[in-house]
Amino acid sequence: MTHHQPKIETSPKVSDEVRKTTCYMCACRCGINVHMKDGKVAYIEGNRDHPVNRGVLCAKGSAGIMQHNAPSRLRAPMKRVGPRGSGEFEEISWDEALKIATGWLAPLRAEAPEKLAFFTGRDQSQSFTSYWAQNFGTPNYAAHGGFCSVNMAAAGIYTMGGAFWEFGQPDWDHTKLFMIFGVAEDHDSNPIKMGIGKIKARGAKVIGVNPIRSGYNAVADDWVGITPGTDGLFILSLVHELLRAGRIDLDYLARYTNAPVLVNMDPESPEHGLLMRDEDGKTLVIDRKTGKLTPFDQKGVQPDLSASYRHGGVTHKPVMHLIAERYMDSQYAPEAVAGRCGISADKIRTIAAELARVAFDEEIVLDQEWTDFRGETHKQMKGRPVAFHAMRGISAHSNGFQTCRALHMLQILLGSVEVPGGFRFKPPYPKPVSAHPKPHSAVTPDKPLDGPHLGFVQGPDDLALKDDGSPVRIDKAFTWENPMSAHGLMHMVISNAHAGDPYKIDTLFMYMANMSWNSSMNTRGVIDMLTDKDENGEHVIPHIIYSDAYSSEMVAYADLILPDTTYLERHDCISLLDRPICEADAAADAIRWPVVEPDRDVRGFQSALCDLGARLGLPGFVNADGSQKYADYADYITNHERKPGIGPLAGWRKGETGPSHGRGAPNPEQLDRYIENGGFFVKHIPDAASYYKPWNMAYQDWAVELGIFDSPQPYIFDLYVEPLRRFQLAAEGHGERQPPDHLRERIRETLDPLPIWYPPFEDGGIDTEEFPVHALTQRPMAMYHSWGSQNAWLRQIHGHNPLYLPTGLWEANGFADGDWARVTSAHGEITVPVAHMAALNENTVWTWNAIGKRKGAWALDKDAPEATKGFLLNHLIHELLPAKGDGLRWANSDPITGQAAWFDLRVKIEKVAAPTESQPGLPPIHSPVGQGPDHLEWKVGK
Amino acid sequence: MTQLPDRTEKKLGLVIDLDTCVGCHACVVSCKGWNTENYGAPLSDQDPYGSAPTGTFLNRVHSYEVQPEQGTAQLIHFPKSCLHCEDAPCVTVCPTGASYKRVEDGIVLVNETDCIGCGLCAWACPYGARELDAAEGVMKKCTLCVDRIYNENLPEEDRVPACVRTCPAGARHFGDLGDPDSDVSQLVEARGGVDLMPEQGTKPVNKYLPPRPKDQMDRPAAQPEGDIDVLAPFLKPVAEEPKGFIGWLDKALEKL
Repeated sequence: MTHHQPKIETSPKVSDEVRKTTCYMCACRCGINVHMKDGKVAYIEGNRDHPVNRGVLCAKGSAGIMQHNAPSRLRAPMKRVGPRGSGEFEEISWDEALKIATGWLAPLRAEAPEKLAFFTGRDQSQSFTSYWAQNFGTPNYAAHGGFCSVNMAAAGIYTMGGAFWEFGQPDWDHTKLFMIFGVAEDHDSNPIKMGIGKIKARGAKVIGVNPIRSGYNAVADDWVGITPGTDGLFILSLVHELLRAGRIDLDYLARYTNAPVLVNMDPESPEHGLLMRDEDGKTLVIDRKTGKLTPFDQKGVQPDLSASYRHGGVTHKPVMHLIAERYMDSQYAPEAVAGRCGISADKIRTIAAELARVAFDEEIVLDQEWTDFRGETHKQMKGRPVAFHAMRGISAHSNGFQTCRALHMLQILLGSVEVPGGFRFKPPYPKPVSAHPKPHSAVTPDKPLDGPHLGFVQGPDDLALKDDGSPVRIDKAFTWENPMSAHGLMHMVISNAHAGDPYKIDTLFMYMANMSWNSSMNTRGVIDMLTDKDENGEHVIPHIIYSDAYSSEMVAYADLILPDTTYLERHDCISLLDRPICEADAAADAIRWPVVEPDRDVRGFQSALCDLGARLGLPGFVNADGSQKYADYADYITNHERKPGIGPLAGWRKGETGPSHGRGAPNPEQLDRYIENGGFFVKHIPDAASYYKPWNMAYQDWAVELGIFDSPQPYIFDLYVEPLRRFQLAAEGHGERQPPDHLRERIRETLDPLPIWYPPFEDGGIDTEEFPVHALTQRPMAMYHSWGSQNAWLRQIHGHNPLYLPTGLWEANGFADGDWARVTSAHGEITVPVAHMAALNENTVWTWNAIGKRKGAWALDKDAPEATKGFLLNHLIHELLPAKGDGLRWANSDPITGQAAWFDLRVKIEKVAAPTESQPGLPPIHSPVGQGPDHLEWKVGK
Repeated sequence: MTQLPDRTEKKLGLVIDLDTCVGCHACVVSCKGWNTENYGAPLSDQDPYGSAPTGTFLNRVHSYEVQPEQGTAQLIHFPKSCLHCEDAPCVTVCPTGASYKRVEDGIVLVNETDCIGCGLCAWACPYGARELDAAEGVMKKCTLCVDRIYNENLPEEDRVPACVRTCPAGARHFGDLGDPDSDVSQLVEARGGVDLMPEQGTKPVNKYLPPRPKDQMDRPAAQPEGDIDVLAPFLKPVAEEPKGFIGWLDKALEKL
């Protein structure tokens, strides 16, 4: 047949309209263009103007159309009619649902507000939900940070007034060496992929530290396949090498950190280990010019890193001395740590040398004048082009806080934070820990809580303890067990409420948290706790209210369901008061708005809370006459003021003479302005303010102007974290507030004011010879939490999850393709399909997270591979450490922040005959929404 | 059975950077979304919520492990779609003329109204790049987003294939590989871009950029592979002991 070419239409109409909003297929919050045809969603792509994603979009984002139309969407409010866990519900009206909720909650508020535990999972409206909880008056509120990455956030904020991900980013335009530790491939996923692409195009190098070589680690130029839980030891060995070689940034350390601040060295003193301060509480240094003692921040002061000071018979040494003494010790020598880390001593030395070479020999300089907080003007901005990033891989361990601290110390010793080529903060960070609220927990029936729930303690006085020393909060946050639990401990709520430790509750109210499945440690145990009844035949947790948009596993365990909308049907604000989307060069916030209206009887959860808050008469949610204050969440976003002139959104407020950004009165047209601008607001940071932000007066003044601070807040980085020392002092017997005796030793050992490494707690509680293998999960780039399984397109990419085994284990056990293994931990066992992976730490096995599904959930067929071959490692992980015989319940959490220690898990592996399905197999739950269709040809346009 | 044109005016195609592709599948799903809604029949899915979901995709990412004889194993992510071959066996095998290669740009397309769904083209393609849509019974394949790249209803910067526009890592590039001065040809030249399975004689237009040498830190410093920096030697100590360090510190501070 001869060549024949038909004429085709190469300029078809793309869509009727493009509506620009914010993605919610993961927590990345990219801007999206939603193409509409005939009033329906036809296609979703990235928004090129958006500061987060600049037009690109990941697999999840592009699959949003399948999420929006998922058959698992809930249809209406429901009340439980079968036994808890059966999934049997009756659809009811919103009025009835909210009356039921009010009937349960109003008496609690009047008598014992703490009997409501309100925990929101992957909530992106925490400044709103916490405000609601605060007005209710319960101390028991948090979101999911405690089981996610609070170690990362808290270590960063305590050390340097900011942290990775939402609080900062590498300087992608200038960095020459990028080193990533334990980065899950979902967090900040598009910006990191864009950044890696950008620096690789420039020829810059990437070093990936991760037991598993997938994703970012697969494209890293060098891979460090570290043994899980030893990152801190590896980092401290790098520090050891840098100190021995004097390859640290002394000028930076003297000017911008507390390395020169003097420490009380008298072991007899009640102030032993505390920093020397003047009457105003300012820390003191020796000025190199005068040799005299002076507050660190005085004009013209040049702090001395070396000089000691003796006063009243007490020697005071600068923090730098303590750092040198500790980390130059041979226990941190590469040879001493190599075996435990699974990295050769030569490789540790090579990496230390490369970090130093790039930081100091490839120094970069920007010709940009700036003035520091001591009044000194610098002609240039000097940069150390080494950037780090880290995520849950290093933080989800019981030594995670100190490991994250160690990494920040490494960054700071190299002088690579807030300098060109290094790590940069994003507004509202940098923000000194002292500018954050402290936790509040004073409960008065019928009244709001005395302040925000979550915050940053400075010492024992700030703990949330009752007069008898028992915890105020159900999750035991801000107690001696985990004093700096800045995000709460969501993973302990159900366990503690069931145990009545520290007390019983009445109502558990949760949002977007799949606690009866992948969001809990000890899934089977949590299911039993949720369904357990007392001797009177009543549920131990009497009432459970749950809000979700989808038929998740958790729905079956609630008594009352408040159905949420999809992300394309709702208002939201990605607020500077909350978890913002700023970039290092700009402040930014964003909205979601209903690009389509719901086709069913569902409501945005936050709008439902506005209604429920009014029904309960919560002060922040009613007018003076008792009427409902906010008609819905959009009304709240527009009109709520946290303080005069400051509201949830910074853009297009009402100034005295016209639109005003940052500060200003509520503007009734604010949401329209956001929609016109593509769903977001950006305000760029002036060039002179773009680096050295914690010390740069141009930045400080800009931040005040925008409303981030009320006054300039310059500060120095805390290599030495004094609040940790205050807890140690208490454990040593000093002060009024004393820890219980069984915690003294642990506090002394772990709450060290300088970074330390200690083995993960699970290693101490089990026989590591019996359980020699580390077991991890990672989330795939093309799925997020549980949501992906209901997505017709994404589940074709990740439909089930084998357990990946390294070559040694694979061969030693004689595994072949298609085989199954029994995986046993000190807590439980699972039987799962296995697969071989060579690019893996030799003592580590892993699987994709949250792909395994319960039969009956997510509108999937009962034979869906997610349910028959998929599995959760959660069955192997307990929220408590193995019993020590002391009768106490020791949380499987970091002892400083309470972060869930998911990745401390150790297992053993045995080859077994293939079962019919992954084990444990749980009975199906009844689907309240039926099952999805048997085919899709999803074309909206004609 | 169906003739290819003697020559094409352009050779539009993709250049895919295997050094940068992180295997995120963004291109896979963006392609699915655009091409379900646009050119020809939608890309259907069978049993989408069931036990064996399958669907039509024009672009898929495969992952391969590479275990060098010595050293560390590597994982390579390998996106694969139609390579718009100059000697496209899928066209010449077509019994109805439904498969054809465009004269103006070299894009290989299927005219769905003439396609009888016989599957010969999929069998002839050595790359497995064509998929028969189970609902419509016609052959589907990458169109290089022919309904985007010339589309006057799109802003000019968006006139690229959906997979290229969405790729977060910037690992996908689009252009005229017939023009030696084009950005994509220059990139292929600079990075040593290669044909996929050249022994098949299909002359693919799409090119792959190979991964750069990895794990240089595992090699002795004196023997780097390829054109990369020779790593600095290990750090030279200024002091072995904290006391010595403090002495060094005093001297170093004097120089500041």
